[in-house]
Amino acid sequence: MSAHSRIDARAARWRPGPTLRRLALTVLGLALAITATLALEPYRAYQAAVVAAYLCATAGLTLLVGRGGQLSLGHAALMAAGAYGFGLTSNALSAADVAGPVRLLVPLAVGVASAAALGALLGAAGARLRGPYLAGLTLAVVVAVPAITSTFSRTLGGDRGLWIEIERRPEALRPYVGAEQWQAWVALAAAALVLFVLGNVGSGSAGRQIAAVRDDEAAARLAGIDVTRVKVATFTLSAAAAGLGGAVLAYVTQIANPGAYSLVFSLFLVVAVVVGGLGSLAGAFWGALLLVALPELTSSVTDALPVSAGLAQRLDGNLAVLVFGVLLIVLMIAAPRGIQGALTAARRRDMRPRRPARGATPAPGPAAQTQGDPAARAPTAG
Amino acid sequence: MSAGVVAPRAGTPPEAAGEPLLDVAGLTAGYGGTPVLHDVALRVPAGDVVAVVGANGAGKTTLLRALSGLVRPRAGTVRLGGADLLAVPVEHRVRAGLAHVPEGHGVIAELTVDENLRLGGLWRGGGRDLRDAVDEVYALFEPLARRVASPGHQLSGGERQMLAVGRALVSRPRLLLLDEPSLGLAPRVVADIMAMLRRLCDDHGLTILLVEQNVRSALSVADVGVVLHLGQVVATRPARSLLHDDALRHAYLGF
Repeated sequence: MSAHSRIDARAARWRPGPTLRRLALTVLGLALAITATLALEPYRAYQAAVVAAYLCATAGLTLLVGRGGQLSLGHAALMAAGAYGFGLTSNALSAADVAGPVRLLVPLAVGVASAAALGALLGAAGARLRGPYLAGLTLAVVVAVPAITSTFSRTLGGDRGLWIEIERRPEALRPYVGAEQWQAWVALAAAALVLFVLGNVGSGSAGRQIAAVRDDEAAARLAGIDVTRVKVATFTLSAAAAGLGGAVLAYVTQIANPGAYSLVFSLFLVVAVVVGGLGSLAGAFWGALLLVALPELTSSVTDALPVSAGLAQRLDGNLAVLVFGVLLIVLMIAAPRGIQGALTAARRRDMRPRRPARGATPAPGPAAQTQGDPAARAPTAG
Repeated sequence: MSAGVVAPRAGTPPEAAGEPLLDVAGLTAGYGGTPVLHDVALRVPAGDVVAVVGANGAGKTTLLRALSGLVRPRAGTVRLGGADLLAVPVEHRVRAGLAHVPEGHGVIAELTVDENLRLGGLWRGGGRDLRDAVDEVYALFEPLARRVASPGHQLSGGERQMLAVGRALVSRPRLLLLDEPSLGLAPRVVADIMAMLRRLCDDHGLTILLVEQNVRSALSVADVGVVLHLGQVVATRPARSLLHDDALRHAYLGF
């Protein structure tokens, strides 16, 4: 009966539920991030906006791949759906002389809805396809993006892309807040929304269902879980997040063009969530940060190298791909659970008692204890 | 504990006297073109432990999978409490009162003990009722109560089996299907598990259908024994008499 009394005592003490705590944390984090943008130069604020836009997509992708065990190589296409959905709606509203918050919020919602619809289709197919076949299907979708934009080039702008008439920052803010700062605010708010929703889904009953379906489909069905519904819902939610990312990116860059949502970028997204730490939202953040920081780093390296301008230009585009690939290999050897996994492991190492210094004769007792301590082994075991 | 995990649910009509809880007739099932089960008939009276025993490949696992819907039967009827079970989709059979602990437990490795247990009550939604059911399982299985927050992959084989049975109990089943609960466990742990099954039946009135290769320990706790041989039922007897029938044991069970 000890379990009973323990649990009752816990329930009697009121504490905010996990959702409420997560909401408070999200709002706090968003407020801090928004304040921080005020200290940034315009270009850095623009980069922060792009990181936030990418974060929407990587967070959605890490839920699908890390938790759901469904590999999508087509998340760039879902972002493109969000971007074009946003662009077409925003332009239509502009043509109809609609202005104000509606011209920002409705296009964002349409972007999310377009990507979610495409995601639901892929998810329905994904419920019947496994592993490489699902990956192949999603790959086909992302490969089709340029073909679609050039086929409907009158509406979608073809290879040059779709220029987007956007809602600018409110009149009242203009003396105090730069355009880039405002864009970063919008992007950060979108990312905060995605993190809040996905965090709740991941930790709640839905997250347990997703884990059960990935781990053991038969056991999940026996527990009364509709496996197909869970798979389609996971894919749709993941796609909606990617769609919001694409829509925000379109808002920030004021253009939706097929080159931004290429196959290479789609693979970058997958590598980013793996390098960041698969299945964790914090890992999705590291991934998004890398997506922006790495090309910047490699271009500053090529600038510093004493090579001809032509070679530098060629290196500029390809070095990032190379570095990303090498990083993936090195990281998978050194830290198989990605950046976030390595950080968590390091934190655990800090908390456990220090081993005796090398060279000193270790006392047999504590050494044996350290080896047997499950917490100390957990990072490698799991 | 009498009104515990396995108390009949509200709205469930009591089984008519003499009517078995589970009634299987003419069941034929298999994979692809080859049937594994041929014309199987089986009756599980309410409140009994029925053990299906037989050698490897006799069709024991397929029988349970056909009952819970993981394998679609080619012919036959399956009635649970008088209602046609085959018309119910797999995901909804747990609502009808059927809980199946599959071979290899089906414990979700990355979820904690508590999360695994709550999965069992998913179909009823959360709330007080689910919390109560989970607490009752902790009271039944002390070792689980000590490992509430441990992920499934850190549990021992015996703990996993307890967790799997516990998760099935959280769904408040009328009939519990168990696939080889002794598989891979030390003899003492097997004895514990079997005793626990007997207790669930005696103290809580749970009806259990268990398939086992470990004939001796299964028949020692069962009321009725069913011998399955090459997909056919060759004997249905009181478990005790089956255990002492040397000729049958030699012919079909190999000891």
